[in-house]
Amino acid sequence: MTEPTPTPPASPIAYGDVEVGTELPAQSFPVDRATLVRYAGASGDFNPIHWNEKFAKDVGLPDVIAHGMFTMAEAIRVVTDWTGDPGSVVEYGVRFTRPVVVPNDDRGAVIEVSGKVAAKLDDNRVRVDLLATSGGQKVLGMSRAVVRLG
Amino acid sequence: MALDQSFVGRTYPPTAPYEVGREKIREFAEAVGDANPAYTDADAAKALGHPDVIAPPTFVFSITFKAAAQVVQDPQLGLDYSRVVHGDQKFAYVRPVRAGDRLTVTSTIEGIKSLAGNDVLDIRGEVHDESGEHVVTAWTKLVARAAEEA
Repeated sequence: MTEPTPTPPASPIAYGDVEVGTELPAQSFPVDRATLVRYAGASGDFNPIHWNEKFAKDVGLPDVIAHGMFTMAEAIRVVTDWTGDPGSVVEYGVRFTRPVVVPNDDRGAVIEVSGKVAAKLDDNRVRVDLLATSGGQKVLGMSRAVVRLG
Repeated sequence: MALDQSFVGRTYPPTAPYEVGREKIREFAEAVGDANPAYTDADAAKALGHPDVIAPPTFVFSITFKAAAQVVQDPQLGLDYSRVVHGDQKFAYVRPVRAGDRLTVTSTIEGIKSLAGNDVLDIRGEVHDESGEHVVTAWTKLVARAAEEA
């Protein structure tokens, strides 16, 4: 796995500059088996469905699947890269509707995430609705963040 | 077998403090491929108004889920953990988790439902810092799939 490349500091997003429907820059997050092993170590979630193909298939899954919390961590990056300050996130919730299947080939899987401002709230807060898909299918439901802007 | 409804509202004792290490934050940020400097560079975090490096929004799950093990493994509750999947996850932040925090988690069973033979368990984890200030609340929905017909 390559080291993450530093992102330039995002320009602060002001509450007055966004409207309902404002789209956040979409991103694609590749995930392969090495990504999952690394996430298992960092998060402490060593459930074998995330790294052991035989185990995953024995419990009825099509193959090894990504940690739901990995997908959740990637999806919010669309928001934190947009605001620049991860501390701007005041609420974040998802439903794990479908697993991200990660085959043991040279491509793995890709999680595609887009987001848009769904509501403007009081106190400079906005609600962002996120859409996360993999292989053309939605993998998170009810994926929403409330963010405080400047 | 349906879980005992009388466990709804039960609160478990606070966990021993988990000390948030800056290198653990770095490891987690690298594992999710997130190069936001607020996670690794104290000066960058301070420029955003944080006293030290902060953790990515979903980092705290590793701590709250460990705390939820008290509930999941409560022999009196009798949840079959081998059949459990993560249904929903939500966080509400008072402030971001940061390096040096010593966090305790108090877990409460918010709900127990039986849906189509599946046991659905809602756990709330209240996270406080060493001074007793509330940092974040995590809501975790676990679904124990119905056992297959013999």
